Amino acid sequence: MTEVLFYSLAAISIISSILMIFHKNAMYSVLYLLICFFSVAGLFVMLNAQFLAVVHVIVYAGAIMVLFLYVIMFLNMSTPITIRKSKLVMGIAVFTGLLLCFVLTTALWSTDFGSNPAVVDQNIGLASTLGKVLFKEFLIPFEVSSVLFLSAMVGIVIFNKKDVKDE
Amino acid sequence: MELIIFKICLVLVLFLLSITIAAYSTFSERKVAAFMQDRIGPNRAGPFGLLQPLADGIKMIMKEEIMPADSNKLLFILGPAISMITALMTSAVIPWGPDITIGGEKVQLQVADINVGILYIMGVLSLGVYGIMIGGWASNNKFALLGAVRASTQMISYELAMGMSIVAIIMTTGSLSLGNMVEGQNGWHGMGWNIFLQPLGFLIFLICAFAETNRTPFDLPESETELVGGYHTEYSSMKLGFYLFAEYINMFLSSAVITCLYFGGYNFPFMDMVQANTHEILFALMCVGVFLAKIIFFIFFFMWVRWTIPRFRFDQLMNLGWKVLLPLSIVNMLITGAVILYNQ
Repeated sequence: MTEVLFYSLAAISIISSILMIFHKNAMYSVLYLLICFFSVAGLFVMLNAQFLAVVHVIVYAGAIMVLFLYVIMFLNMSTPITIRKSKLVMGIAVFTGLLLCFVLTTALWSTDFGSNPAVVDQNIGLASTLGKVLFKEFLIPFEVSSVLFLSAMVGIVIFNKKDVKDE
Repeated sequence: MELIIFKICLVLVLFLLSITIAAYSTFSERKVAAFMQDRIGPNRAGPFGLLQPLADGIKMIMKEEIMPADSNKLLFILGPAISMITALMTSAVIPWGPDITIGGEKVQLQVADINVGILYIMGVLSLGVYGIMIGGWASNNKFALLGAVRASTQMISYELAMGMSIVAIIMTTGSLSLGNMVEGQNGWHGMGWNIFLQPLGFLIFLICAFAETNRTPFDLPESETELVGGYHTEYSSMKLGFYLFAEYINMFLSSAVITCLYFGGYNFPFMDMVQANTHEILFALMCVGVFLAKIIFFIFFFMWVRWTIPRFRFDQLMNLGWKVLLPLSIVNMLITGAVILYNQ
C-alpha cells in the first residue's frame, strides 16, 4: 500500500516536471509545476513531515507560483513565445546546470541508502522537533539566512523607490 | 473499520451541511438586505419564500451554457471546479464538538486532527486564488483578466497580515492543531476565549477574512460598476453558480475558523456544570448546536457589513493591507511575545 503510493507519487512528480519543461504554453508549465509540488508534498507527508508538507504548499504553491502566474497572465496566449538568448547567457546556463548536477551527484554519493528514513524517527518532521533543531543545532545558519532574506527585501524596496524618482 | 465508516459519514454530513448552509445563505442574504433597506425580500417560492434557493438552483442548471469562442476550454472548466474544491476542503480540520464514545471507542467529531491544522487552513486558503485566476485568464476577456489580477493581488496582500495574527494565536495557545486550540479555551467555566487575550489580533483576522472571501467592502475582483462581473464575466449557467456558491461556502467556513480561533469553538458558559449533569451524546449535540449558532452569527455579520459599508477603492485597499494591517499585526505579535516572556 505505502509502496504503491510512493511509486505513484514519485512517477507523478517526475512526469509532471518533465512536462513542465517541454510544454510550449507557459500557463500549462506553471500548472504542471503545481502538480509536481503537490506530489512532493505528498512524499513529505509519507515521511511523517506534515509541517514541511504544509509549508511547502503554502510557500511554493500558494505564494511563489501565484506570482509566476501573475506575470504569465499578462502574456498573450494565442502566440507561442520563443525565447532567444545570447551565446554568453546560454554558456552560463549550461555551466550552472552542470554545477547543480555535480552537487546533486555528490549528495547522492554520500547518502546511506541502507536505512529507511521513515523508520528512523517518527517525530522527525513535527513542528516542535523541527523548531528545536533549527534553534539549537543550526541557529547561526538560520539567522544568517534570515539576514540574507531581509537584505534582499530592502534591496527590492530601494530599487522600486529609484524608479519612481526617475519618472 | 468502524472508525473509517464513522469518518465517511462525518464527511458526507459536513458536505451536505456546507451545501445547505451556503444555499440558505443566498436566501438569507437577500432577506437581510431587504430588512436593512426596509423591503420584504423574496417571499413567492414556498412559505416565507423558503424554497427560493431550490428555485435558484434549478434556474442555474437549466440556463444555457455559453463557452467563449476564444477561451481555453480545459482551464475555463477547471476554474470553478478548483474554487469549489478548495472551498469544501477547509472543513476537514475543524473540530465540530467534543469527543464522544461509540461502541466503547473514543471518537473525535473532526474529520482529521492533523497537528498542523491551522497551517492546513492557510494552505488551502492560498490555493483558493487559483480558481479565480485560472478562470479569469481562460475567459480571454479584459474585464475577467482585470478581476483575476485584482483577486490575486488582494489575496496575497491580506494573507500576510492574516498569517501574522495567526502566529500571535499560536504563541498564546502553544499548538498548531485546531482541536487543541479549541480545547484550550474552556477555562473560566467555558469562557476563556482567545478574543479576551487577542482583541487586536481578532480585528486584523476578521478584516483579512473579509478580504480573503472577496466580500464587500473588499469585493473588488467582481465590482460590477467598473468590471462588468469581474473574473466571472464570461461565465454562465452552473459554472457561474459554482463561483457564487464557493463564495458562500467560504463565508461559512471562515466564520467557523473565526469561531474556533477567537470565540471558543464549541465552548459555552458554564459548560462544565452542564457536562456533569447531562448524557454525553446530548452534551455533544449541545456543543455542536452552540458552535453552529456562533457560526450563523458571523455569517449574519458578514451580511450586515455588506449592506452597511461601501466598497473600497483599490489603492485604499492596498494601503490598508500593507501600511496598516501588516505593521499592526507585527506589533501585536511583538506585544504577545513580550507578555508571554514577562509571565514566564
